Amino acid sequence: MSRHRVWVYGDNVNTDVIFPGKYTYTLKSLEEIAAHALEDLDPAFTAGAELGDVIVAGFNWGCGSSREQAVTAVKHRGVPAILAASFSGLYFRNCINQGIRPIVLPGLSAAVQTGDFIEIAGDFVLAAGVRYSIPPLSGTAQAILDAGGLTPMLQKRFRGAITPLTGIGGGE
Amino acid sequence: MTGFTFAEKALARAAGVDAVRAGDVLDVRPDLIFSHDNTAAIRRIFEQIGAPRLARPERMAITLDHAAPAPTTQHAANHAEIRRFAADHGVAHFFEVGRGICHQVISEEALILPGETIFGSDSHTTHFGWMGAFGMGVGRTEMAALWATGALWIRVPEAVQIVLEGRLQPGVTAKDVCLRLLGDLGMTGGQYRSIEFAGSGVAALPLDERPVIPNMMAEFGAMNAYFPPDEVIFAALNARRTRDYAPLYPDADADYAERHHLDVSAVEPLVALPHQPDHVVPVSQAQGKPVDQAFIGTCTGARYSDLAAAAQVVRGRRLRSRLIVIPASSAVLEQAARSGVLLDLIAAGAAVASPGCGPCMGNHLGVPAPNEATISTGSRNFRGRMGTAGAPIYLSNPYVAAASAVTGCITHPGEFL
Repeated sequence: MSRHRVWVYGDNVNTDVIFPGKYTYTLKSLEEIAAHALEDLDPAFTAGAELGDVIVAGFNWGCGSSREQAVTAVKHRGVPAILAASFSGLYFRNCINQGIRPIVLPGLSAAVQTGDFIEIAGDFVLAAGVRYSIPPLSGTAQAILDAGGLTPMLQKRFRGAITPLTGIGGGE
Repeated sequence: MTGFTFAEKALARAAGVDAVRAGDVLDVRPDLIFSHDNTAAIRRIFEQIGAPRLARPERMAITLDHAAPAPTTQHAANHAEIRRFAADHGVAHFFEVGRGICHQVISEEALILPGETIFGSDSHTTHFGWMGAFGMGVGRTEMAALWATGALWIRVPEAVQIVLEGRLQPGVTAKDVCLRLLGDLGMTGGQYRSIEFAGSGVAALPLDERPVIPNMMAEFGAMNAYFPPDEVIFAALNARRTRDYAPLYPDADADYAERHHLDVSAVEPLVALPHQPDHVVPVSQAQGKPVDQAFIGTCTGARYSDLAAAAQVVRGRRLRSRLIVIPASSAVLEQAARSGVLLDLIAAGAAVASPGCGPCMGNHLGVPAPNEATISTGSRNFRGRMGTAGAPIYLSNPYVAAASAVTGCITHPGEFL
């Protein structure tokens, strides 16, 4: 079980405000990308997020562009998990592939406020005295997450360890 | 046993298995994969993965379109890295700056065909439903995995059927059909689903406008979208295609999670208000809001019919706001040049730029000043989308955008047609 400060956002937060498109072909280093996380959504987060903070959001977090830096930026700003009522399909997959945990929890965003603390365990979240069960991921999605993301998983495959073709992926 | 949706049939084919059902997880081998200005970033991930070579360079396409021709030295260096990569690795289909937007170019070149599967590192890859292909956007890491292995995991999506009936009224386009659906059903209406269109309204849509709807289903949250291909589609592809294909159609008794009907003859010109594509109102409710620039461009608003619609409105008129026109491809530009549409736009004062994505995601060629309002034929109006956080963006069809350029404020196109 780990304790995390939360930043709370609403429904339909799109990748343009999580990581502006104008930076997508010029910023390369993880530090540069992370420095713009949530720039057009919440400058307070961009300036003040600390290692271990988590994002709690409403429906359809990460809709819009497929740009993966919308995950990269948040991850390298120190966020280990995002808890949303739902995710866009692309953002959800990008989280798994980058090794950041997407947790689908309808109702949580209405129960907490920015600055509150929650506790996250393997299969549940404790927030404001309420216990929320975390729905399990599919076996392969969990395997990618456990490997630290799709790149480390494939590194194993191409650099020695043998994993079958189905080791590439996994569902939700 | 119920029948199969298009998504179930297409993904079974792409996975090389007899049958799959919604919810199944499987590895599929797409018939084509593509990337664009993000190719250099994907290459860096590919190198980390450590694969010895590209799995299928003969089934890869790259377009330079998102910031092309390069606006800065950094963008130019990015393009240079991509050109080197394409040449060094024998990528079969490379399209230089000026050829146009990935979805339009790959469609024109018939690199993908009905019943096939295409993955692109671009969220609007749902586009390829216009011809009855399974098109899905993927992230950069997923694209690197596809380069390395040729395959990617998919969870077979549940499907939603949308039946279109009737024929569009003058001054109304496929963009309005998208906006109507988004306005009615919201941005999560298609989340992680296959949006499968049907009905007599599909065949009644002009060929040139068909891609707009599956493309913009990305804003609906869709994983892919589908139009049943007909003879018009086959004829359009036959001139360029280099392989045979077998179109796919959903079974009449396929299992749909939801069904919706829309009579497109009842759809009027619409506007999406800042800053969400589902904040949709009739033009009359936005009438008079000032606009500083109108943008005819992007993968949902810069085909020949869009340019022709804008030209019809501005022909012989002076403009009160800036008008930026960026054709979707060099073929569109050529057609507009030959037909006189381009001359009408230039004579009215339009700024015409090289085919590509333009200012859609804020890279160049029409980034607004703070608080300047844009009306755009694009698909996204999120805050900051065009590069300036405080600048309002309205979405509309090309008639409305051009009429608004004439008057300097949001205007119903009726009086200009």
